[in-house]
Amino acid sequence: MAHAISSPASAGSLSPSDLAIPLRELAPWLVLGALFAMSVLVLISSVQGAITIPEGTAIHEWVHDGRHLLGFPCH
Amino acid sequence: MTTRTFLVHGLLAGLLAGVAAFVVAYTVGEPQVDRAIALESAGATADHHHEDEAAASGSVSHSHSHDDAAISRTTQSTLGLATGTLAIGVVLGGLTGLLAAVGLGRLGSLRPAASTGLVALLGAVSFSVVPFLKYPATPPAVGSGETIDSRTALWFGFVTVSVLGVLAAVAVARWAARRWSGVPGTIAGAAAYVVVVTVAALAFPKVDELGGFPASILWDFRISSLLTLLAMWAVIGAALTALVDRSWRRQAAVEAQRAYAAAL
Repeated sequence: MAHAISSPASAGSLSPSDLAIPLRELAPWLVLGALFAMSVLVLISSVQGAITIPEGTAIHEWVHDGRHLLGFPCH
Repeated sequence: MTTRTFLVHGLLAGLLAGVAAFVVAYTVGEPQVDRAIALESAGATADHHHEDEAAASGSVSHSHSHDDAAISRTTQSTLGLATGTLAIGVVLGGLTGLLAAVGLGRLGSLRPAASTGLVALLGAVSFSVVPFLKYPATPPAVGSGETIDSRTALWFGFVTVSVLGVLAAVAVARWAARRWSGVPGTIAGAAAYVVVVTVAALAFPKVDELGGFPASILWDFRISSLLTLLAMWAVIGAALTALVDRSWRRQAAVEAQRAYAAAL
């Protein structure tokens, strides 16, 4: 009869901890998300600056103002 | 609500945040960038020689002048700037969304909207505001090309310490909240973070390459840079919280209906 007892409860009375998504389910998203975020961060902030790969200055020049105004080290 | 819900909401919030950051950066920040570049072109900053350095060392060179730049100042300040703010906005928004999914149901008794807002706030403080206090943004014409490697390493190092510090602080807060209650838990977490970043800020070396750069332009530039970052995080936080809350209300309504039907 557990079902009959719990069923009248509205969703509003659910404890927030019941909503928690299992870490097993979250882990792969987080791994890819963190790696992807790092890649874009390095591309926008440091490529052709602190990191001299690839050769040239086109990427550096293109995102130049963003680097300065978003607070990344630039010169 | 699933991980997917949070990621989609985060990416959307990040896109909006990128647009907001661009608007602020373009209207408030670009005039300061232009003033700094005008100074640099006029050779007013004595200890700064981009062209000479580049020619001598063969390292990455770049020029802020209008004539010989591969990409014009107009493009840099519009499409180029937008590329930066949109890309950073989307990845920060997406990652904040994923971290809000982790925080769901794990931050005391906070409801989804509140835990999401808290995650965004912690992201803003640990990723942007605190690192800005230690290594503030520098305008063009400040910062030597020879030290870009060490400055970048220091910046990434400090951001890493700050973000790991806030994650550790949340763990401390959760432990203390279980041990005692919510308020002492929150205070313990905040104190843990303050201790970590203060020690790190004292331990990390100072970077001072300002030379004779005019203080008023520097101040205006830094305020505009901080406003850009704050605009980005404010929109990430507000939009993500609103979207998560909407999803939560929908889900709650569906579950309330189910519960009502089951009770009949």
